[in-house]
Order: sequence, then C-alpha cells, then structure tokens
Amino acid sequence: MTSPADPVDQIREKISGYILSESTFREEITFTVKAESIVECCSLLKNTLGFTYLVDVTVVDYLTVKFPRYEVVYLLHRFGENYEENLKIRLKAALEQDNPAIDSVTSVWSGANWLEREAYDMFGITFRGHPDPRRILMPDDYDQFPLRKDFDVRDRESSKRCFERALDEGLE
Amino acid sequence: MGVSSGPLLGGDGFLTTKISAVANWGRKNSLWPMAFGTACCAIEMMGTFSSRFDIARFGAEAVRFSPRQADLMIVSGTITYKMASVCRRIYEQMPEPKWVIAMGSCTCGGGPFDSYAVVQGIDEFLPVDVYVGGCPPRPEALIDAVMKIQQKIDNEGPPIV
Ligand code: SF4
Repeated sequence: MTSPADPVDQIREKISGYILSESTFREEITFTVKAESIVECCSLLKNTLGFTYLVDVTVVDYLTVKFPRYEVVYLLHRFGENYEENLKIRLKAALEQDNPAIDSVTSVWSGANWLEREAYDMFGITFRGHPDPRRILMPDDYDQFPLRKDFDVRDRESSKRCFERALDEGLE
Repeated sequence: MGVSSGPLLGGDGFLTTKISAVANWGRKNSLWPMAFGTACCAIEMMGTFSSRFDIARFGAEAVRFSPRQADLMIVSGTITYKMASVCRRIYEQMPEPKWVIAMGSCTCGGGPFDSYAVVQGIDEFLPVDVYVGGCPPRPEALIDAVMKIQQKIDNEGPPIV
C-alpha cells in the first residue's frame, strides 16, 4: 500500500503550467501564477481539484517597494471529507502600474462578482469580462481609488463633490 | 401663568395660562426622536431608549423611523459623505419645529476617522443644536442632551399661534 500523495503535490502537478513561483509561510501556500491565464488556472482548481469556495479577492499595492506594482490575491478553500483534504491556498497575479487589468473569474465562481467590484473600487484594477463593473462602496461618480498607496487618505475633496452632486440631484 | 385654589373659587385648583404656553410645554415634553443611527453609537442610543435608562421619563420614547412624524433628529454614528446626502434629505422631510442632536465624537467632528469618506462633523450640512462628545457617550450624556433641548425649547418660548 502506498501512502496517499501529499495533496499539495497533486495541486502543484496539475497547475504547474501556470505557476511562476511558490512560497510557504507558516503552512500557508502561495502560488504566484501567470496573470494572463488566471481564468484557466482557476477553473482547473475549481472543477478538477475541488476548490469550490473563493474566500476573497483582494489587491496589494507595492508602489515603489516591488515591481510590478500590483498583486491581485485570490484566497481559495477546498472542503474535503477528510481533514487532509481541507485546504487553503493563495494565488497571486502581478499586474503592471499602467492600466492594471486582469480577466474576471466570475465565470468560475459567481461569488467573485462583488469581491472584484470592491477590488476595482479601492484599487482601480479592471476585471475584464466582469458582468457588472461598477463601484460597490464609494459613490458611482467618485474619481479616486482610495486604497492605492499614492492616494492621500485625508483627501476629502472628491467625496465632497459627490456629496454635493447627490444633494443637488435629490433636491430637484 | 398663575395657580389658585382659593375658597372663593370653590376650592378646586385651576391655573391660568395661554394656549401657546401649553403647546410649548407639550412639545417640550413629548419630543419624538428620529433615530438616525449608523454605527456603534446607535447601540448606546438604543440602550438609552430601553428600560434601564428609559428616556420615556423625559417624554421622548416614541422613536419614529418616519421623519414626517418626528421633531428631534438624533444622529448617532459615523456619517460618511455617501450617507450625508441621505441624512440631510431625511432632516428636510421632518416638519418644523425640529432639533438635532449630534451624538458621539464621529458626528461632532469625525471621531477617530480622519479619512477620505467620513464627514468631519455633521454641522457641515445640518444645523446641530446639541453636541454630545464621547465614543460612545454614556446614556446619561444623551439624556442630558435631551434635557438641554427641552431647556432650549423653553427658552425659545411659545410658538406664535
Ligand atoms: S463616536 Fe465612537 S462609538 Fe460613536 S459611532 Fe463614532 S466610533 Fe462609534
């Protein structure tokens, strides 16, 4: 009888074509994958490897610390019958500073819809093919991306403009 | 206003006053709050409304979530610019006379949120009558604010009818 293969090895083997690098920190596994093939990679993970739950989509802005500037982060979870099959992994896809854009994974997990809207709202990452690419938290006519590192968090001018416009429209 | 219970009048007490003074006394003691709670302070406000602190003792327990039936707006909680236009609109829907309490540091001046989304004090867009500091303020502080509003109504004098 052979010992069951390490589930992480299985994953690594299956998606090896998409992986650029890999790191492990306190048993948390992170795969940096090719941004252009994120949808293929994700559908493989979901349909073949059972990662049915997209926990979160978020973005890191490294500004001058690292190049390329943005990293889109996907947190995935797999529910297995056995303890060892329960697994969390993290995918990262790096994006350039100018017009950062990546394909939307809403076709894989429909739950990505609002997560990607939030990532767009806060970081200005365009998700190509998103069914509803509006802002989710800030007003629709807001013109900044507040979680970008070069945004001044005390800059209230844009918010004020949106507030005044909302007021004018409401009072007509 | 005068109170009398002399035997000449049959022994029963009665008092002389003006309708407008009674109306003012009435509105002072039956403030109907419009609870505009958006964050943690709202929990403290609910505590003030319920039995332990019992704001009913001051006649202000008839909380209305319809601005058209309210005359005291208690803004409790962080107000963002996105919410501010809603807040202002609700205030405008309240019939005169009306008063505003800014409850908590957030409504008084932004509180801990010196950020792009949060209004640094609701007096940017509302006429505030009483500011209650604290994060959150104790129920006693809110009750004190209601009593200050009552004093203010008293000082304003009766409405001209
Ligand atoms: S003042 Fe403090 S308790 Fe009140 S809403 Fe702001 S943060 Fe919350």
